Amino acid sequence: MKLRKLGEKFAEGILFTSSTVTTLTVLFIVYFLFKSGIGLFNVRPVEEGYTLALNGTNPIQELSSKQLKDIFNGDITNWKDVGGKDLDIQLFTLDELSTVYTEEQLGANFENIPFYVNDYVSKNPNIIAFFDSRYFPKNFSGHKLNISKISVKEFLTGKEWYPTATPAAQFGVLPLIMGTLWVTFLAILFAIPIGLVTAIYMAEIASERVRRLMKPVIELLAGIPSVVYGFFGLVVLVPMIQQVFNLPVGETALAGSIILGIMALPTIITVSEDAIRSAPVAMKEASLALGASHWQSVKYVVLPYARSGIMAAIILGIGRAIGETMAVLMVTGNAAVMPHSILEPVRTIPATIAAELGEAPFGGTHFKALFALGIILFIITFIFNSLVEMIKTKNK
Amino acid sequence: MKKTLVALGLVVCMMMPALSSAQKVVCKIKGSDTCLPLSQKFAEVYGKKFPGSGISVVGGGSGVGLAALLSNTTDIAQSSRKMKMDEKLKMQEAGKKVKEVIIAYDALAVVVNPDNKISQLTREQLESIFTGKVTNWKQVGGQDLKIIVYSRETSSGTYEFFKEHVMNKKNFVSSALLMAATGAVVQSVSQTKGAIGYVGIAYLEKDIKALKVSYDKGKTFVTPNVENAMSRKYPITRPLYYYMTGAATAKVTPLLNFILSSEGQKIVLAEGYVPLS
Repeated sequence: MKLRKLGEKFAEGILFTSSTVTTLTVLFIVYFLFKSGIGLFNVRPVEEGYTLALNGTNPIQELSSKQLKDIFNGDITNWKDVGGKDLDIQLFTLDELSTVYTEEQLGANFENIPFYVNDYVSKNPNIIAFFDSRYFPKNFSGHKLNISKISVKEFLTGKEWYPTATPAAQFGVLPLIMGTLWVTFLAILFAIPIGLVTAIYMAEIASERVRRLMKPVIELLAGIPSVVYGFFGLVVLVPMIQQVFNLPVGETALAGSIILGIMALPTIITVSEDAIRSAPVAMKEASLALGASHWQSVKYVVLPYARSGIMAAIILGIGRAIGETMAVLMVTGNAAVMPHSILEPVRTIPATIAAELGEAPFGGTHFKALFALGIILFIITFIFNSLVEMIKTKNK
Repeated sequence: MKKTLVALGLVVCMMMPALSSAQKVVCKIKGSDTCLPLSQKFAEVYGKKFPGSGISVVGGGSGVGLAALLSNTTDIAQSSRKMKMDEKLKMQEAGKKVKEVIIAYDALAVVVNPDNKISQLTREQLESIFTGKVTNWKQVGGQDLKIIVYSRETSSGTYEFFKEHVMNKKNFVSSALLMAATGAVVQSVSQTKGAIGYVGIAYLEKDIKALKVSYDKGKTFVTPNVENAMSRKYPITRPLYYYMTGAATAKVTPLLNFILSSEGQKIVLAEGYVPLS
């Protein structure tokens, strides 16, 4: 008797620990995500350990990272475009030092570099120099250029995503957010009607034989690896879309959302079918006994009963669509531009993280920016779930 | 519990051969992913030829390899770019004398859809196409067709190489379609009429058309192929390097001799890279 009680206590203990551990793990992951992502807004987009400097006579003190990018990209070529004198901009990096001065001049251990950096910067009034901070000259004749920190507003409303551009990387995530939302909404638009119709058919209309055949086939869809969906999309769907709509390029938001829609179908169908079938037979029989037709019974009795189950199916479907990476990475073209129509390439947040995280230096600005993207994705999903939850309670 | 034990046992058993072979490794190569397939093939053939010699090859990127060389965790750093001024200085500070050996070359071809009438472009034209200043093929003498720019992902070494050598370090147009793999670039260019992209010459095939390129403002146009890359006539070619410190020379010399021998260079050609001679 005592032994049994002890056993029960033990089982309870295990249940308690496992649920606590799960909750803590989830909280830890969220904490890690936020901690790494928020750090982005404390850094300047210029690489750690590098200095930007101007000639002493140049009146400019601070530039935004966008202006800096345009300067090094050759889009801004005159200082007056950023509020300075009417002078052509001359770019300078340490590599050019070795073309101007000989290795001998720079010294066997490169000890003369700071001197020549100073020399070169002071000789050229129109220069903008980008070099390792360790070679910052002692009696520097020029002055350092400040680059403003990345602000939350700039991050969320910026339209340019050039995470590896030097000297100033661009982290504008608006095109990525829009790309993700477009692809997800479209996918849901495809998947919900088709999924619901199939679920109702399978639960209420199909004969037992048809159902037995269809169910495993649909569940098989869920077992196909996403990279296979992606490859199918790239080789079959993309050329098809290109021909049908007579487009210059077939990798579009539409292709991504069709693939995602197909991928979300098995979840939506199986979960909502189970919900529909779990409606008590007595309720349906009562409805039929009152003279309602089969279709009326389904529409007014069975479906309202299954509503919360169907909602759950939709959430799960959206969850799969919004976080899906590989298939989308392969078919949407991944161009980080603001989408204007569904027939244009888009870049989604999960695809961006997947493609870039592996090569981003650990703890660097790019790394933090990718985590900040993770936060945004987390918030989007969170809002989605709360919305559906609200609708569910309202309907009850 | 039993299952966990069994699983643990399995994991240990699986690690055993890895552990025992790890003890045999005499030479470690680490770095560029571009060099990875080549180095792996070298290691495989060399290992068969001289049983008992263990060579381990790890990727991770050129920067990772050079950092490992600095921290003494590799014998050879494979790199698809020359050592940067910055890295040289760090080696200097650590008191290391670094030896540089070119083991092969890699060439990039600019490719378009076979239906495109354009067959040659200058570097300046390529720059304006890839930076988005030119958006229609008729602006460079082709048909009236929108240009679709394909590129590799920003994290790839090929992306950096193309940006530095062809685009004068300028950024790609933001509407460029970024592909995760070279195979995807080939697939997309072959099925998109207005497409332009870049791939290693080992990936050239009949479904895509390689453009002749001119680096002297249109005086001479050079076809991308192994011969032209070997003679350095084709400009979009980069050397692949092995870097090693003085201390490890004795350890790596036999391997280097093998790589630079005609037998080693045959492997280079077979793997789709450009041999030294």
